[in-house]
Amino acid sequence: MRFRIIVLAKQVPDTRNVGKDAMKADGTVNRAALPAIFNPEDLHALEQALSIKDKIPEAEVILLTMGPFRAAEIIREAMYRGADRGYLITDRKFAGSDTLATSYALSLAVKKLAPYHLVISGRQAIDGDTAQVGPQTAEKLGIPQITYCEEIISVDAKKIIVKRRLERGVEVVNSTLPAAITVHGSAPVCRQRVAKLLMKYKHARTVTELQNETKDYTELYNDRPYLLIDEWTADDLNAQTEMLGLSGSPTKVKKIENVVFQHKDSKIIGSSDKEIESLMKELMKSHIIG
Amino acid sequence: MNNIFVYCEVTEERTIADVSLELLSKGKKLAGDLNVKLEAVVIGHKVSGLEPLLYPYGVDVIHYADDERLFPYTTLPHTSIMLDLFEKEKPEIALFGATSIGRDIAPRVASALRCGLTADCTSLEIGDHFENKTQTEYKNLLYQIRPAFGGNIIATIINPETRPQMATVREGVMKKEIFSAKFKGKLKKIDARKILKDDDFAVTIIERHMEKSKIDIKNAQVIISGGYGVGSKENFNLLFDLADILGAQVGASRAAVDAGFVDHERQVGQTGVTVRPKLYIACGISGAVQHRAGMDQSAQIISINTDVSAPINQIADFTIVGNVADVIPKMIRFYKKNSK
Repeated sequence: MRFRIIVLAKQVPDTRNVGKDAMKADGTVNRAALPAIFNPEDLHALEQALSIKDKIPEAEVILLTMGPFRAAEIIREAMYRGADRGYLITDRKFAGSDTLATSYALSLAVKKLAPYHLVISGRQAIDGDTAQVGPQTAEKLGIPQITYCEEIISVDAKKIIVKRRLERGVEVVNSTLPAAITVHGSAPVCRQRVAKLLMKYKHARTVTELQNETKDYTELYNDRPYLLIDEWTADDLNAQTEMLGLSGSPTKVKKIENVVFQHKDSKIIGSSDKEIESLMKELMKSHIIG
Repeated sequence: MNNIFVYCEVTEERTIADVSLELLSKGKKLAGDLNVKLEAVVIGHKVSGLEPLLYPYGVDVIHYADDERLFPYTTLPHTSIMLDLFEKEKPEIALFGATSIGRDIAPRVASALRCGLTADCTSLEIGDHFENKTQTEYKNLLYQIRPAFGGNIIATIINPETRPQMATVREGVMKKEIFSAKFKGKLKKIDARKILKDDDFAVTIIERHMEKSKIDIKNAQVIISGGYGVGSKENFNLLFDLADILGAQVGASRAAVDAGFVDHERQVGQTGVTVRPKLYIACGISGAVQHRAGMDQSAQIISINTDVSAPINQIADFTIVGNVADVIPKMIRFYKKNSK
């Protein structure tokens, strides 16, 4: 049996680089102004998968993502870096999913790809920071989880040894396979795109993307079937509709408040010697420092 | 209504972690609002002094599972015990620390129980909800309040239908408060042997190197904190120089940690540590709400920023408009000059 690694990844708005144009005049987030990126820790996860493939050449790395049609971008990105193929789970029925409904859909897709050895994802996504989807998917699959992986020390068909990065130290654990692993940001960064793979996969498309192409690629895709990225809907996964999207999500958003900065009387000073010296004197006089 | 449960983490010293005591303090208040009891769950081995430690926080019941296989923490055995207990007790609310352990076990438990979980709450309140779609009134729900979407919004999350209502909270966000030194509850032992199965031990620990966190920014009186605007690891050395002189600790924003300027242990904010120092000097920090959530209780805030309109300035007592690399050496110089 081929060693199969499934990488769970998410395309996210780049919330770390919120510029001034990212907020609309009414103070709400202008999502369109935020670029969509490969979730950073999921790239660390991809690297862990690819480094296993370096050691076990017959291993295959499959990228699985759930999202809108454009999320196929991160599947291509993963293929440029060494992933063998990818699947996009996309359906309007998934809209509004919280982590529980998301992990339900992901777990069904992973089961469809069985038998597998490892499910690897980033610890958390930057748009939610919940770190819940990895463990919840593991629970739904009924497999052990190893969170906060910093390094995979060794792996074979039966077991894996992982170094975990915890708040106050490190832990080395051994797990039976299959297992789910979430990768911490302190793990090695992902390798760059490989020129040969970029050439090979640059025309990789989902069916939906192909329908929007003006050029006819029929012949190309007959010759190179690996260029077709599969899309799976809720029906393809045999998902129960009530477990998806809003109805499958026990958490509800009651209220969203745009951040209003509380205003304090701030004294603005310059950086001249005189101004800094008088500030330091004031702090020392009031025993805040010194 | 059923009770509030707090998962209590066992430390290396075999006592209960601060974050859990903070959650018990908050849990007691919520229990008062709902007129229910507060129950603590302790899963470990040879945990010392549980009863005198926990009862003063107003704990009505301690559920204690003691088995040598339960310390150090591993996911599956602890999950099995929590699930067994929760299926019997059907808690109304369950709280976990947003720690390496809490963020590992809480999602696993929530998934198995198919109930809602909100990570990294900065505030928990009790309130009502009217669902327009179904014209249903829900009384006394747990409002789980947290920044979301990179800190640009504050979301109030509720779980109207599922129980327990689960949430994780970071260390230092809630205040540790004794309810009554004389309060007495009761201890209920959990027979772990009856619950644990061989499959629960799929993951085994080979090696551990735990240290008490050396960097203690949580209890620092003065914190010099740097953001992406500090510019480089080298410039961060200036912050350490100033911290040395003032007996302060160096903190950082997430952007500075992500950029590799300093260790994650120094991160202040929603996904880092919450601090309440006497003085917080924010150097080159723009002030995303997630960062401010971790430091806005500081007694005095000084912001050093080239951008006079940076959001952090709005909560600062003093804003020094200038470059960090220029201002900090001056602060060092004038501190030295004026101190005896």
